[in-house]
Amino acid sequence: MRLGSGTFAACCVVIEVLGVALFLRGFFPTPVRSSSRTEHQAEPPAPEPSAGASSNWTKLPPPLFRKVVIMLIDGLRDDFVFGSKGVKFMPYTTYLVEKGASHSFVAEAKLPTVTMPRIKALMTGSLPGFIDVVRNLNSPALLEDNVITQAKAAGKRIIFYGDETWVKLFPRHFVEYDGTTSFFVSDYTEVDDNVTRHLDKVLKRGDWDVLILHYLGLDHIGHVSGPSSPLIGHKLREMDSILMKIHTSLLSEERETLVPNLLVLCGDHGMSETGGHGASSVEELNTALILISSAFERKPGDIRRPKHVQQTDLAATLAIGLGLPIPGSSVGSLLFPTVEGRPVREQLRFLHLNAVQLSKLLQENVPSYTKEPGFEQFKMSERLHGNWIRLYLEENNSEVLFNLGAKVRRQYLDALRTLSLSLSRQVAQYDIYSMLVGTVMVLEVLALLLLSIPQALSSEAELEVPLWSPVFSLLFYLMFLVLSALHVIVCTSAESSCYFCGLSWLTAGGVMALISALLCAVGSALAKMFADGKFLSKNPAHPKARWSELDVLILLGTMGHVLSLGASSFIEEEHQTWYFLINTLCLALCHEIYRNCFLRDDCEPQQCSHVEEGFVSPAPALQDRSIRCNMLEPHRVSKGPTSLDTLRGYEKWMVLASPWVILTCCRLLRSLNQTGVQWAHRPDLGHWLTSSDHKAELSVLAALSLIVIFALVQRRCSLTSKVAMALGLLGVYCYRAAIGNVLFPWQRDSKDISKGVIEARFVHVFVLGILFTGTKDLLKSQVIAADFTIKTVGLWEIYSGLVLLAALLFRPHNLPVLVFSLFIQTIMTKFIWKPLRHDAAEITIMHYWFGQAFFYFQGNSNSIATVDVSAGFVGLDTYMEVPAMFLTAFATFAGPVLWASHLVSFLSSETSLPGGRTGTWL
Amino acid sequence: MPLSASPAAHTRPGIFIPSFFLENFSILETHLTWLCICSVFVTAVNLLLYLVVKPNASSKRSSLSYKVTRFLKCCIYFLMSCFFFHVIFVLYGAPLIELVLETFLFAVILSTFTTVPCLCLLGPNIKAWLRVFSRNGVTSIWENSLQITTISSFIGTWLGAFPIPLDWERPWQMAIERKYKMCTSLYVCTRHGASHCPQVWPISCTLGATFGYVAGLVISPLWIYWNRKQLTYKNH
Repeated sequence: MRLGSGTFAACCVVIEVLGVALFLRGFFPTPVRSSSRTEHQAEPPAPEPSAGASSNWTKLPPPLFRKVVIMLIDGLRDDFVFGSKGVKFMPYTTYLVEKGASHSFVAEAKLPTVTMPRIKALMTGSLPGFIDVVRNLNSPALLEDNVITQAKAAGKRIIFYGDETWVKLFPRHFVEYDGTTSFFVSDYTEVDDNVTRHLDKVLKRGDWDVLILHYLGLDHIGHVSGPSSPLIGHKLREMDSILMKIHTSLLSEERETLVPNLLVLCGDHGMSETGGHGASSVEELNTALILISSAFERKPGDIRRPKHVQQTDLAATLAIGLGLPIPGSSVGSLLFPTVEGRPVREQLRFLHLNAVQLSKLLQENVPSYTKEPGFEQFKMSERLHGNWIRLYLEENNSEVLFNLGAKVRRQYLDALRTLSLSLSRQVAQYDIYSMLVGTVMVLEVLALLLLSIPQALSSEAELEVPLWSPVFSLLFYLMFLVLSALHVIVCTSAESSCYFCGLSWLTAGGVMALISALLCAVGSALAKMFADGKFLSKNPAHPKARWSELDVLILLGTMGHVLSLGASSFIEEEHQTWYFLINTLCLALCHEIYRNCFLRDDCEPQQCSHVEEGFVSPAPALQDRSIRCNMLEPHRVSKGPTSLDTLRGYEKWMVLASPWVILTCCRLLRSLNQTGVQWAHRPDLGHWLTSSDHKAELSVLAALSLIVIFALVQRRCSLTSKVAMALGLLGVYCYRAAIGNVLFPWQRDSKDISKGVIEARFVHVFVLGILFTGTKDLLKSQVIAADFTIKTVGLWEIYSGLVLLAALLFRPHNLPVLVFSLFIQTIMTKFIWKPLRHDAAEITIMHYWFGQAFFYFQGNSNSIATVDVSAGFVGLDTYMEVPAMFLTAFATFAGPVLWASHLVSFLSSETSLPGGRTGTWL
Repeated sequence: MPLSASPAAHTRPGIFIPSFFLENFSILETHLTWLCICSVFVTAVNLLLYLVVKPNASSKRSSLSYKVTRFLKCCIYFLMSCFFFHVIFVLYGAPLIELVLETFLFAVILSTFTTVPCLCLLGPNIKAWLRVFSRNGVTSIWENSLQITTISSFIGTWLGAFPIPLDWERPWQMAIERKYKMCTSLYVCTRHGASHCPQVWPISCTLGATFGYVAGLVISPLWIYWNRKQLTYKNH
C-alpha cells in the first residue's frame, strides 16, 4: 500500500493519540468511592458494640455544637497564621491559637491543590482525582455523600457567601447565598467586601445553623503579586478583624443559650513561593486549620504546637460535631482533640462510628480487605470496646474502667490512622493493563515512524507500508489470536477494576488487530531495511554526506532533552535545559558564521560573496554543505584581505552580530520571568513591573512593545490587514487601560475599572478579520493550484492574526516576550537561515527549540499553577466553556504556536520563491 | 595532572585532594582559593613547557622590544578572553550582579585551560586560532593536542552545568551534601535551616572544566599515537 507522507503522518498521529488516551485512562486512578449514595440514605447508624450485656444506644449521638461557622480563606498557607506573618498581622487569631479555647492544626492538602477538588475534599472527606482539575473551571453538582447534603437532610439551615464554586457544587442546598466569581484575579478587595457586607446582618439573626464564608482575596493577591507582597499583610489583618467579629458575636450568643458553637478557620490550599498553586510543594500543601469553640477547655500555660493532620479529616469532624452520619466516601479520621472534653463513653462511640465507616469503605474498595492490618486492628478494638461497655454497664470500679477506656481509645486511634492510610494509598493504584496496551501502541507507532523517516523524507515523499504482503498475513493472524487469548486471560483473572477490560469485546478486538497489524508493519519495514542495507553496502560509490557540528548539536540536544526528562528535577527546571540548549545553539551558529565569513573571505573572495548574495536574490547554484566544508582546506589560507564594498559590509556586520543580539535577547527574557521551582522566588523584572509603584514604566513598556510589534509584523501584510493590525494593537492598549493594568497618558485620575469587554471584543473582531482574510487566501490557493505566492501571503496573514491575538491575551509585562519573539524570528530569517542556507530539517528543529524556550520565557512551567486562567476571560462577559478553554490554551502555548506558524509561513515562502531552494532541501 | 607533584601533607578524611599545607583548605569549601592556585599552576607549567620546548621557533626576529610587545599583547588577549568568557557565562544565565567574583574566577580558569595554551603555541594571532579550530586546519601534533585539550575543556565545562538544576533531594544527593557541607541553592539552604552556606555556583562547572582539561591531556597523546599513520601535515 503506498501512502503519501502526509497521510502516513496523520495516521500515525491518530493512533498515537489513541494510545496516549488509553495510557492516561489507566494512569489516572479511579477515586475511592462508596457505593451508597445520599439518595438511599436509610441505613441506620452502627450501634455501640457490646459483649454479653446489651447496650441500647443505637441512635446517632446528639450534635456537639449548636452553630457552626466555617471561614474558608482561599490560599491560607500555614505560616500565614502560625508563622511570623500571623504574629504580625493576625494578633487576635494568634491570641486564640496560643491562649484561647481552640485547637490548631496544619492540614495537609492532597494533590491537586486547586480550589474545587479541595472544597470537595473538605466536605466529602474523599480524595478527588486529577480529572477534577479539568472540571475546576465549570464545576458540576457534587453527587457524592457529603457534610452539606447530610446537614440539609437533617433539617439544618445553611447560609453561604463566597466563591461561586460552592453554589454550583451544592445547588439548592443553601437557604441564602451570594456567590462571587473568582475569575477576575486582579480584583482582591471587592470579592471579599461582597462576602463581608452580609456578615453583620447574618450574625444578628439566629435562624441558621451553618454559615460558610469563602474569601478569595488572599489567593488573588498571591496570583497577582506573590506571597511576600505587602498586600498580603493588609489582607491578613482584614481577615483577622472579620474572625474577631464572628467570634465575639458567637460568644455573646453562647452566653444566652449556654450551648457551645464552633468556628472553623481553614484554607483550601497553600501558596507556592511564586504565589500560584496546583503543584505539590510544601508551601502549597500545608494549610492552616483552627477549630475555635468554648467547648475546648484549656489549662493556662498549655502551649501546643499545631499538629499535622490531613485535610480530609475535617469532614468527619464536622459530621460528628453536627451530629450527622460521616460521609460514606470519607477517608479522614476524626480530629480527636475536638471530642476530648466529652465523657469517655461518647468519645469511644464517636471513634467507633468513624472506624465502622472507614472499614466499610475499605470493604467496598479492596477485595482482600480482611488481610489489611487496619481492619484487623479495628476488629480487635471493637471487641475491646464491647468489653469496656460491659464493664461500664456493670458499673465496675472506676480505675479499671479508666485504664481500659484509655487503651481502647489508643487502639481505635491506631486503627483509624492505619485505615485512613491504606485507603489513601488505594487512590494511587494504576490500571497496569490499560497502560501497557497504550504503551505498546505508542511504541509501535514510534518504531514505524523512525523506520520510515528516510523514505518519507525522500524526494517522492511517498512510502510503502507493507501491510498486505502475504508473508506477514500469517504472522498477523497468529499475533491476533495470541493477543486475544491474552486479553481473555488477563480480563478474567484480574482482581481490580480495569478500564480496557470494561470495553466491549468488539472494540478490544479491534485494538488487538491494530496492534498486531502495526507489529507486522514494523517487522516488514525492518526486514526491508536490512535488505536495503545489504544492497547499499555492496555499493561503496554511494557518497555519505558528512554531518556538520550543528547537525550533531541539534541531534544530541534533542535526544539529551528527552533523556533529561527521566529526572524529576530536570522536569521541574525544564526551562533551564531549553535556555541552555538555545544558548549553545546560538554559539554554534556563531562559530559557523565566523568560520564561513573569515576563513572563506581569505581563501576565495568570489566564493564568499555568495554568503551575502542570499539577501538580495537566492543564488541559483545548488550548494552542498559537504562540499563547502571541504573547501576549508588549510593550505588555501593565504593572501591579502578581500575588498568588501560598504553595503555588503553593513550586512556582513549584521550577520556577525546577530548571534550575539539573539543571546542578549534571550538573557533579558530569562530575567523577565523566573519560573520552575528552585529559583522561582528570585526577584525578576516581571514582578518589578507588575507592582503598583511601577505602573508608569509598565505603561511605557507596553506601548513601546505594541509599536515594535506593529513595525515587525506589518512588512508582510497587505494594506487592509496593516490597518486592521494597527487598530487592533491600539485596541489592546485601550483594553489594558480599561481593566486598569496600564495608564492612559491623558486621564490619570480615573479610577473606574471595567472588565474591558467592549475593547477586547473590538480587538477580537480584527483578529477574526485578519484570520479570515488569511484563510480566504489559503482556500484560493487550493483552488488555483499553481499559485504558491497566494498561499504564502495567506499564511503570513494568519501568522499576523495570531500575533495580534497573543498581544491581546498576554499580560502587559509579557509583551516584550512577544516583541523579542518576532525580533528573533526576523533576525534569524534575514541573517542566519537565508545566508547560511540551512536545510528544512535544521530550521524545523531550531524553530521547535525556540518555541519551547519561549513557552518558558512567558513564565510558564510544568506546574499547572502557572497557567494564566484570566486570559480565558478576555472579552467575555460570563463564563463560556469553549471560548474560555481556547483562549487559555492559546495564551499558554502562544510561544510554541507562534514559532510553529512562523515555520510554516517561512518554509512556504522559501519554496514559493522563483528559483527557490527546493532542491537543496532534503 | 599537576596535583600529583605536590606532596600530600595531611589529607582530611572524605576529601580526596591534598590540602597544600594551607589551613582549612579543601577544594569544595574554599573553592576560590583552589581556583586561583590551579590557574596559576597551570599557567606556570604551560609557560615552562613553552620556554623549554619552543614548539614554533620559526620567528626570526627576536629583538627584546618585539618580545615585550608580544608578551604584553598576550596578556591583553588573556584578559580579553577572561572578560569574553564572563560575558558568555552571564548570557548563559549566571547572575549579573551577585557572585561576580565567582563567575570571573571561573572565566579565568577556563581561559587558563584554553587561551593560555593557545597563546603559548600560536601567539596572539586570531587567524591562526580560527584555522586550528576548524576542520582539517591542524598543521602539527602540538596543534592537534591543543585542539583536543581545548575542545575537551569546553565540553567538560558544558557538561558540568548539568548538575545545577538538580534539587539534591534524593538520599544519595543529601549524603553528598552532608559530607561536604554544601548547599546547592538558596532554596535548599532555607529549607535545611542552615545559617551559613558556602556558595556552590561555579563548582560543578569548574570541576567539569578541570576534568575535561585533564581528559584532554590524557586523550591527546593517545589519539596522536593511534592515528599516527593518517597524520600527514602539510608543512609550509
